[in-house]
Amino acid sequence: MSPTDSEPRSGSETRAESGASRERGDDPRSDDSDADPAFDAIAGNDDAIDPETVTGTDDDPGPSRPAISGHAWKGRLPATGDPDDSSAELRADGGEAGGAGRPSAGRGPGGVSEFEQMADVTLSESERRRQWFDEKILAPARIVWDDWRARFGVVVVTLYLFMGIVGPHIVAEPSPNQGGRLIGAFRTLEHPFGTTDMGIDILSQTVYATPAMLLMITAGAVFTVVLGTAIGTLAGYKGGRVDSVLMTITDVMMTIPGLPLTIVLAAVLQIEGHPIVIGVLITINAWAGLARAIRSQVLTLRDAEYVEASRIMGIGTPKIIGSDIVPNLMPYISMNFVRQARAVIFGAVGLYFLGVLPYNSNNWGVMMNAAVNRAGATSSAAAFHWLLVPMVTIIVLALGLTLLAQGADRVFNPRVRARHAKTVEDGGEEDDDGDAGGPGGATSAATGGI
Amino acid sequence: MKYFVKRLGQSVFTVFAVVSFSFALIRLLPGGPMDYLRAQIMEQGGSSLSPEAINRRIEAQSGINPDEPVYLQYVDYMVGLAQGEFGQSVWYGDPVASIIGPAIPWTVFLTASALFIAFTVGVSLGAVMAYKEGSRFDVGATGVGLVLNSTPGYVVALLLVAYMGYRYQIFPTGGRYNSALDPALTNPEFLLSVLYHGAMPIASMAVVGFGGWALSMRGNAIRVLGEDYLRVARLRGLSTRRIALRYVARNAILPMYTGLMIAIGTVFGGAVIIENIFAYPGVGFYLIQAISARDYPLMMGGFILITVAMVIGITIADLTYGWLDPRARGGASRESY
Repeated sequence: MSPTDSEPRSGSETRAESGASRERGDDPRSDDSDADPAFDAIAGNDDAIDPETVTGTDDDPGPSRPAISGHAWKGRLPATGDPDDSSAELRADGGEAGGAGRPSAGRGPGGVSEFEQMADVTLSESERRRQWFDEKILAPARIVWDDWRARFGVVVVTLYLFMGIVGPHIVAEPSPNQGGRLIGAFRTLEHPFGTTDMGIDILSQTVYATPAMLLMITAGAVFTVVLGTAIGTLAGYKGGRVDSVLMTITDVMMTIPGLPLTIVLAAVLQIEGHPIVIGVLITINAWAGLARAIRSQVLTLRDAEYVEASRIMGIGTPKIIGSDIVPNLMPYISMNFVRQARAVIFGAVGLYFLGVLPYNSNNWGVMMNAAVNRAGATSSAAAFHWLLVPMVTIIVLALGLTLLAQGADRVFNPRVRARHAKTVEDGGEEDDDGDAGGPGGATSAATGGI
Repeated sequence: MKYFVKRLGQSVFTVFAVVSFSFALIRLLPGGPMDYLRAQIMEQGGSSLSPEAINRRIEAQSGINPDEPVYLQYVDYMVGLAQGEFGQSVWYGDPVASIIGPAIPWTVFLTASALFIAFTVGVSLGAVMAYKEGSRFDVGATGVGLVLNSTPGYVVALLLVAYMGYRYQIFPTGGRYNSALDPALTNPEFLLSVLYHGAMPIASMAVVGFGGWALSMRGNAIRVLGEDYLRVARLRGLSTRRIALRYVARNAILPMYTGLMIAIGTVFGGAVIIENIFAYPGVGFYLIQAISARDYPLMMGGFILITVAMVIGITIADLTYGWLDPRARGGASRESY
């Protein structure tokens, strides 16, 4: 929006070379006329040093002035205005005052617009953050909150975060003989979820399993998303040999069944049970699918005009990928982050349940394993609650993440956003076609009256 | 045709890469399976065995002769695998191939049926939901689909075992078929028994799968229903049936085909857990048995065979995509996964 300081400098120096004397005609009227030649001297603009041009041309506004001086001003202002008066004004009453104050100094119709531009540059410094916050945080938050499913997802995830971070400080640590053996769920207030065969409180076990689980989920999701995005964008953007090599690796990784690979690696590598290691191990080849999908999206983006522009300007590949390509994929990436988080829960708990992963803390899957193998929870009703509590814990968290993914889809999808804005008062029935399972992530457009 | 050959070549390469990878895992890791195997044999046979005898044993069990240089070991290993020699199971004492080979059809039976049921039920349900968009049925089915989609298969499996298996004793809780019956494909009683024993494992994989398919089908179908070409088709007076099958279903299913390939992997992975819950002797069952017994030859054999089965499944899915979508027949242009 607001022009940068460095760009017009060259424009003013090269293009305004001939008209330099003329365009500076209104300088003497302004209060910073003496600072101007100094700047031009520094910038190497020889014409400007000549005192004649500075003082003697105020009667010549020039017909071509707006176009040229627009450039010249933008180039000069940071040097002239910032150190002295304008910055003081700006600090005094925040942004607008700078724009309002300047025109009085630089009279004339052209001056007003120039000064306004100047104000814009500084304005954004103070206002941009607020604006950014409103656009990027508040508006999506409002969208999310307007949709009951996304709201449910946010609440659930927050709840689990709370359980993982604060929970262990509230609930007593699980230890044997906290209560009677195999007390059923919802029988006593002391042990709302009952106890295990060794009298361990199931609620406290569940709560104490959460921090490691959250760490594992985050590690796995971050690993997948970072690697998948990096490889997918690089392959799609670079093309050629890089693409074919990366995609060959990706295709091989994609056709290896994930969970068996995890099991084999865990057995052969003899890793310890640190949650981060386990999280990465479970998603060891999940990045491949994401990389594939991202690559095909990058293929459509790499020839976009703004990417081409960056390329012509000689910007390096990492920077183009980072600032031109990845932001466009953010919706897809964040949705996959949530999906991957769910996959980590499913995989980790399943493998812990089988007893093929090492562990060094409480875990929902280990709880299920103990319930089935030690107490026969599937065949005896007395221990069933021991199995049920971790299962419900997983399902609720997974459901929360699923709904959050739909919410993310809605936030990022401009079509959904536009439609959402239109149908807010219609209730949720019209706009609830986010897909949950398919990897395409395609949310439908308006359905029309069919 | 060219695409066909290229795709097959890619699959062969994938298998080759996976096998090489498993060789590296077994052979090159210090303190890994080879060292463990040696320690195991020393323990069993006692220290009376000469180093040559120990190496012979290792070769018999793992298919790798530690006396040879690594590259020769690698060649031997690959040649052996190509001939179906996966070494000998430490735990069962039988050749790995004779343990896992018969288990493969059972795993494929479970996964393929589960995938097929989940896909067809999900797609039909999703299509109906899309047609009745906004109705009470749609809202209810969406909710059910979401919950099922957020449930891992093993949770359903455990619930089924607990209720259908133990509490009400409707279905058996283990085994592949009634072992008293003659296992011949011509024996209808045997086939019924197979279905009876397979019902719960298949159900637990299918139930959690179809919700996701239904939701994506619903989304896709709603999008297709809004397309202009559908309006044109209606104006042309085409039959509802033709519109539903040729226009809506085809265009809505195509984007999900890519998901089918990922689902194949998920189902194979999930089957490992499911087979253990139901004590169903498929590949996954033996894989976990091998892990518990630290039976590395059996473990690697199981892993390689699961991968090969999955590669075949994905290749078939990929090749039939061209049959469904004529645009993909060109081959190289296909980009969406």
